[in-house]
Amino acid sequence: MDILQINQTSDYKKAGPLQAHFNPYSYNGGTVLAIAGENFSVIASDTRLSEGFSIHTRENPKTYKLTDTTVLGACGFHGDVLTLTKVLDARLKIYEQDHHKQMTTGAVAAMLSTMLYHRRFFPYYVYNIVAGLDDEGKGCVYSFDPVGSYEREAYRAGGSASAMLQPLLDNQIGFKNQQGVTRIPLSREKAVNLVKDVFISAAERDIYTGDSILINVITKDGVTDERFPLRRD
Amino acid sequence: MATAPLFRTEFWRNGPQPGSIYNFPGGKTKPDLNPMKRTMNPTVTGTSVLGLKFKDGVVISADKLGSYGSLARYRDLTRVMKINDTTILGSSGDYADFQFLTNLIQERVIEEECLNDGFGYTPLRLFSWLTRVLYNRRSNFNPLWNTYIVGGLQDGEPFLGYVDKIGTAYQAPTVASGYGAYIAQPLLREAFENNPNMSLEEAAKTIDRCMKILFYRDARSLNKYDLAIVTKDGVEIKSSIVSETNWEISDFVKGYE
Repeated sequence: MDILQINQTSDYKKAGPLQAHFNPYSYNGGTVLAIAGENFSVIASDTRLSEGFSIHTRENPKTYKLTDTTVLGACGFHGDVLTLTKVLDARLKIYEQDHHKQMTTGAVAAMLSTMLYHRRFFPYYVYNIVAGLDDEGKGCVYSFDPVGSYEREAYRAGGSASAMLQPLLDNQIGFKNQQGVTRIPLSREKAVNLVKDVFISAAERDIYTGDSILINVITKDGVTDERFPLRRD
Repeated sequence: MATAPLFRTEFWRNGPQPGSIYNFPGGKTKPDLNPMKRTMNPTVTGTSVLGLKFKDGVVISADKLGSYGSLARYRDLTRVMKINDTTILGSSGDYADFQFLTNLIQERVIEEECLNDGFGYTPLRLFSWLTRVLYNRRSNFNPLWNTYIVGGLQDGEPFLGYVDKIGTAYQAPTVASGYGAYIAQPLLREAFENNPNMSLEEAAKTIDRCMKILFYRDARSLNKYDLAIVTKDGVEIKSSIVSETNWEISDFVKGYE
């Protein structure tokens, strides 16, 4: 007689795997961009939150101030963004109370990487970029993939219009595909103006980027906010 | 003479084996080995919920229809609720899930009131809690199939928030769920941009116009709706408001007879 073992812990539980008929993810768009300068870094994001062809709100910046010298840019699935930033804030608070100092930008980036990889098989669908100042006071940018691979870079675009912004940055900041060019270090003013220009271009072509941008400039004196309008259609 | 057995080893014939699963004669019963299923689609549903901030508060509206697929099954359901004197909640999507959460929230509100420590649910606290509950449920693949609109006064200021079944959440001066996101949201935004400091009457009129247009266009809607209002004077729920409709134009529509 073939009596098959069934899970008898609950009247409602059955053996076998769970089958999902619903999609736990959504894509809410948004673009983030960060540039590391000599003694500053700039991180910017658009403020549109969309889903499909609808705009949820025009006032949702995707940059999150983590410490006095660290700002996170995060976009992708907004539910995961909310959860991730909430957990990050909690972890940073615990660190601060344990060590009586704020986490450095490099440490934040390393912790974020492990937090993302912790969810490797049910990932946070979030594209992260961390910008701040390193231990020597130089501007630094770390970019991540959704499962925690990360590296330090001079500049990086992430999110829905990243494929449009990155080549522009390669050309204008990395001086790629240019001949006989003098490599002048990037000034803070030029970085901010470049951010505005590339976002204007992205908003022309990407329906998930627009409404306005929030630009954060991080220096040893703190983080400044600047708003700049984009097209709202 | 044969000795009788001291005790019987066979209690009955062709009956169930003690301690094992009974197999009916003529066929075997096997446990269902199909994947375990949870409610992954809604049954009785409510359509759009609208929310709008005005000068001294917030309004939330939802019609009274409970749809069973395309069947208009219930015509007197309430989908807005008062949490306390500063907080209201509206829900679209599965009505059973809304009732489940309603019970849970009311339990917690009573528990908090019993503590009598001056703390209670503010709109922001409820919104934050709801976001976590819905996100956790989606993470366990057991979602509450609703979109919730939270409204109220947070430290004297109007508050309006949106949370959906996968934990996407945001605050905005105008919100709409379901078909309302396509049909009513543009109208609400236009009204709010033209007049960010609406009076209650203006806000109620704007909502009424949106609910009427939704009734014209959304096949799963009803022209009877509830309007929940929060101001500093407390919560008022205006029940079963019927919007005036005009179908004269229908005589000119040809080709669908």
